[in-house]
Amino acid sequence: MSRQTTRAVDPRKVSGELFTLTYGSLVAQLLKDYENDDEVNKQLDKMGYNIGVRLIEDFLARSNVGRCQDFRETADVIAKVGFKMYLGLTPVVANWSPAGDEFSLLIENNPLIDFVELPEGHSHLNFSNILCGALRGALEMVQMDVAVWFVQDQLKGDNLTELRLRFIKRLEDAVPAGED
Amino acid sequence: MADEILFELLHMQVVQRIYKVYRHNEQEYGDISISKLEALGFRVGQSLVERLTKDVPRFKDELDGMKFICKDFWTAVYKKQIDNLRTNHQGVYVLQDNRFRLLTQMSNSKQFMEEAPKYLALPCGLIRGALANLGIISVVTADVTTMPACEY
Repeated sequence: MSRQTTRAVDPRKVSGELFTLTYGSLVAQLLKDYENDDEVNKQLDKMGYNIGVRLIEDFLARSNVGRCQDFRETADVIAKVGFKMYLGLTPVVANWSPAGDEFSLLIENNPLIDFVELPEGHSHLNFSNILCGALRGALEMVQMDVAVWFVQDQLKGDNLTELRLRFIKRLEDAVPAGED
Repeated sequence: MADEILFELLHMQVVQRIYKVYRHNEQEYGDISISKLEALGFRVGQSLVERLTKDVPRFKDELDGMKFICKDFWTAVYKKQIDNLRTNHQGVYVLQDNRFRLLTQMSNSKQFMEEAPKYLALPCGLIRGALANLGIISVVTADVTTMPACEY
């Protein structure tokens, strides 16, 4: 090489942008394919679920987190380990329900929406809906049935993004059909 | 920032999704899906290159641009450089990557050859988009000889 330039390109940052941009163009494509926002939300959730089911394997292999004793511990692991590992941010766990089966994740700067503006007429679209699916899929693989939905969304003018998780039930270890 | 595995999984899902959507269009659905994926990649490649070249001096010529793709762009996206760049000096370039990251998980032989094009459409678009924003109009095709190696 004759010409050496000093390039301050942080490869980790770029890979994050790669993910964000890819995700953005995916959502745009889905909006073209399906006419209404709810259907897009559903598709994103489904894809997130499929990702979460695989992601949990990677997560458990790399983080050495054992089994969680209760839902509070789960919440902490999700926020402090999971989000940190994959998205490089730590959401705040807040708003516990009295029964301890519901909490919120407060995300101040959602990485998925770095370059996004919601176009007019898509008020029902949950842009980051893939997160819901991913959380649901990952937790299902560790025997937790949860519901995840958006309460607040920065793209819709709220000042932070709030994800709400509700614990529904513990899934029993079932022997898969055809194996004994 | 987002981990690379996220991108890999997302890419998998994108491929599946696009293929599902156009399945009902029997005769040409493979082609449509491939071009859709390529278009997605094109958009992403364009934006990525903008962000990568913020503080890089202007490229002297085409070859310079290609070198940039092989070195910096590839490192940014796939964490490694292109293994081999060949050209006939008439505008045809062959970029060879002996361990292409989106294929390494799949197989080490000829086992899933017929599946490979699906997973290369979006990377092709990435390169084309990147080149387009460097002022180079191009056609990018990918070619797999044995599994983790591929040529553009």
